[in-house]
Amino acid sequence: MASAERGLRVVGKALRKVDAAAKVTGTTKFADDLFLPRMLYAKLLRSPHAHARIRSIDTSQAAALAGVKAVLTGKDLPIPFGILPVSQDEHALALDKVRFVGDPVAAVAATTEETAAAALARIAVEYEPLRPVTDAGDALDHPEPRIHDYGDLGNVHKLIHLEFGDVEQGFQDADLVREDTFFFEGSTHLPMEQHAAVADWSADGKLTLWSSTQTPHYVHRALAKVLELTPARIRVVACPNGGGFGGKSDPFSHEIVAAKLAMVTGRPVKITLTREEVFYCHRGRHPTLMWVKTGVKQDGAITGMHFRSLLDGGGYGSYGVASTYYTGALQTVTYHVPRYKFQGARAFTNKPPCGPKRGHGTPQPRFALEVHLDKIAEQLGLDPAELRLKHLVPPNSITANWLRVGTMGLGRCIEKVVQGSGWKDKFRKLPTGKGIGLACSSYITGAGLPIYWNPMPHSGVQLKCDRGGGVTAFCGSTEIGQGSDSVLAAIVAEVLGLDPLDVAVVTGDTDLTPVDLGSYSSRVTLMTGNAAIQAAERAREIIARHAAAQLDVSPERVAFAEGRVFDVERPERGLTFADAVQLAEAAEGTVGTVGSYTPPPSPGKYRGAGVGPSPAYSYSACVAEVDVDPATGIVRVPKIWIAHDVGRAINAATVMGQIEGSVYMGLGEALMEEMAYRENRNVVHKIPSLLEYKSPTTLEMCDVVTYVVEDPDPNGPFGAKECGQGPLLPVPPAVANAVYDAVGVRIDEVPITPEKVFKALRRKEKGEPGRFGPAGFPDIAWPAPTRVPPPWEGGDGKAVPLTPGASPGTTRSRKPRARARGQ
Amino acid sequence: MPPPPAPAPADAKTKIALDVNGEPVEVAFAPHKTLLEVLREDLSLTGTKHGCELGECGTCTVRVDGMPVLSCLVLALACAGRRVRTVEGMAAGGKLHPLQDAFAELGAAQCGYCTPAFLLAAEALIAGNPRPDRDDIKRALSGNLCRCTGYIKIYEAVELAAARMRGERAEPTPESLYGVR
Repeated sequence: MASAERGLRVVGKALRKVDAAAKVTGTTKFADDLFLPRMLYAKLLRSPHAHARIRSIDTSQAAALAGVKAVLTGKDLPIPFGILPVSQDEHALALDKVRFVGDPVAAVAATTEETAAAALARIAVEYEPLRPVTDAGDALDHPEPRIHDYGDLGNVHKLIHLEFGDVEQGFQDADLVREDTFFFEGSTHLPMEQHAAVADWSADGKLTLWSSTQTPHYVHRALAKVLELTPARIRVVACPNGGGFGGKSDPFSHEIVAAKLAMVTGRPVKITLTREEVFYCHRGRHPTLMWVKTGVKQDGAITGMHFRSLLDGGGYGSYGVASTYYTGALQTVTYHVPRYKFQGARAFTNKPPCGPKRGHGTPQPRFALEVHLDKIAEQLGLDPAELRLKHLVPPNSITANWLRVGTMGLGRCIEKVVQGSGWKDKFRKLPTGKGIGLACSSYITGAGLPIYWNPMPHSGVQLKCDRGGGVTAFCGSTEIGQGSDSVLAAIVAEVLGLDPLDVAVVTGDTDLTPVDLGSYSSRVTLMTGNAAIQAAERAREIIARHAAAQLDVSPERVAFAEGRVFDVERPERGLTFADAVQLAEAAEGTVGTVGSYTPPPSPGKYRGAGVGPSPAYSYSACVAEVDVDPATGIVRVPKIWIAHDVGRAINAATVMGQIEGSVYMGLGEALMEEMAYRENRNVVHKIPSLLEYKSPTTLEMCDVVTYVVEDPDPNGPFGAKECGQGPLLPVPPAVANAVYDAVGVRIDEVPITPEKVFKALRRKEKGEPGRFGPAGFPDIAWPAPTRVPPPWEGGDGKAVPLTPGASPGTTRSRKPRARARGQ
Repeated sequence: MPPPPAPAPADAKTKIALDVNGEPVEVAFAPHKTLLEVLREDLSLTGTKHGCELGECGTCTVRVDGMPVLSCLVLALACAGRRVRTVEGMAAGGKLHPLQDAFAELGAAQCGYCTPAFLLAAEALIAGNPRPDRDDIKRALSGNLCRCTGYIKIYEAVELAAARMRGERAEPTPESLYGVR
């Protein structure tokens, strides 16, 4: 981008966010802070059964209660929806079946929340319980009764089999071949704000929904579909989210129900979920069992890798198909993998649906891969940092699975944390009980393809230049605390030579703003940033033309900085930005421009190539230091060193906050966070509360030393890449590797709880392998592979036909329990 | 099972007088309401947030007679005649409180949802201990959950504000804002 060549005045600074004053004074209006006249309150009746048919629902007693204005059941909202076109498997209220404890069944709107709650207790539902499926292994073992009547096999939702080159040949070429199995427990986003929505229906047939959503565009689509309204008459306003982390990225039952209740009653309707209900909304990290087999040469060079994953999806599809692909997509973008094979499966189970949580489908395989490499390094007698440094994916290259890597700052990241942590003096040299571990990662800066495939831009920005010198930027992007409003203002301000506070931002409103697909996949800075640059450069060009005429110089000589438009060769000759806008407006009319952004096409052309491509990949390296008490198994993490290649920081302070926050969330997943269910057949959530779902408080959070590495990527605005998700990924494996360094036991699953460490230590004392983790990976009837030759084997990114007579896949032998935990 | 009885009529209101952010206030509400509910619903002070309404997350922290309390666990009736301080009372005359200023400067407020609670808990800490060290801050804020920041910018903001409130000239370190380069 031409703008990146100039001296930067706003980009890169640690400026206050444009919404900082509102945030610290409590004036930011979150969805539950909205109160409309005559507003009703809605509540949802949720299933007490994990898996059951609904025989009948009697709402008459509820409807008769004074203060109740409307009662809805599934038959009032019969059209299915879901975030992915291939998984339209949800109903706003269960039609004929419930699929997890907490699945919404009926809804009430009443004059007070108490009355609505009392009405719920008067709804009689007759259920016919069905055998619930408790986890992914159970789903493999029990194809019947099916949770859904679609999916690849029984209760298996999705099966994937991709092959990039001959991995068996890779293993034959290796000096060492190693296999490991890992398990990554599910966890939830736990945003401090409970989801809330307010709906308003006007007599002219227009619907407005304010919601704590990360994806107003997709809520807009779902409302239009389920309510059978034309999208032009629906307005979705994404309120600032009180934390999202992926948990507010699906269209939700409560949003559709609030809208329908507003339509039925003609009054505004608010719904605010209780904390318990937020646990049922979930869409968090998939519990994932993984098996990885890697061949390496003596120097650690990888000759081939075979990776399998089995995801516990919960009761609905959500983003799950994409999540499953993601568990196999990014193994190839850190270290060179010449031959790669991936088999992934997602099972339906009778638990709250899993979906995208910070890192979406990639923290699990990253944990597996980075611990696996630590073991390989030890077997080869190599320093794990050196092993990684020697075999990095080169910049500007294409991986075996056809992902295009641009800039690649992982080497610098590793050097920073190795040096800063004193790695060489500590690794395998600390006293027993103290340990140090290293891990690396990469993450996408936005998905290369939209959820609904179409040729339109992923992000749009409109600019309006006011004759008073202010500029308003309109964009569908959604502020969830990550600072997207500030990035938008900073980029417009940079290009037009303004102070960011002179840029007003209007975001996340389907009536007012051009579409941006939403705050997910770490896409916003890159995509809205590029759209904002285009819109601002177009405005600058118009304004410069008229300022140039006034200054009697060529437009190329006109510069914009510090609120002035001036002759770059004689800076004292110029005019204020406001005067320049007025010249342009007098000559051409209202000064307004648009900009948009579409990611570059991906070189991968095979089925499944839609997940993994990104305009740019961020890179992170992490060193964790741990104290392990061998008597109790308690792991404490006093300090973490993290280096992150962000391409270029747009707002340095915001980048720091994203990196530190990612480390925090990764630490929680490493040590304590888990979505746990009771071991009985009811599959009831064990701990749907903030007290019992353990997350790090100030007393558990570690010190963090953060290194910001800037390796600007030509695809990013001013070179920027993502920083909101990637730095989470290396933390759990770094902690696991450090635990091994401290006490010599391998904990091959997270969270690394004292119980697991204790058991592994006792086993080691008894002369057994000092390990806690899954025993193996079940046999699965994989489909025939999609074979795609890697670039260096002359492929063109397309699949090749299977050779005649090739096996259509192995047949699964039945095992009583597919996932044996605690081995 | 017969349906449960209808709730008691919600219009049986009780009136109390109290001091909210330095102003005398009279407010009438159903007697079962918590301080959190009365602040948000009856006094329109929505700066006080909620994360669980079970006393688990600290998000609803306000100060009553100077003490930080969880407003979701306090009956509003129990606040008759007492001084309640919320985030709305912190900025004065269009100027941010030093804690608010430091939170804004360091990016200690990301989504901003837990921020009012942290500000009030930190203000109560500094009131009793003008020179809190890092461990003092961690202990004082250990009842407040934040999912965005990892708490680090919050610690740094409290330290910065406390120094400024002591009259010292204090600025954030470059490492805090820009990382180690």
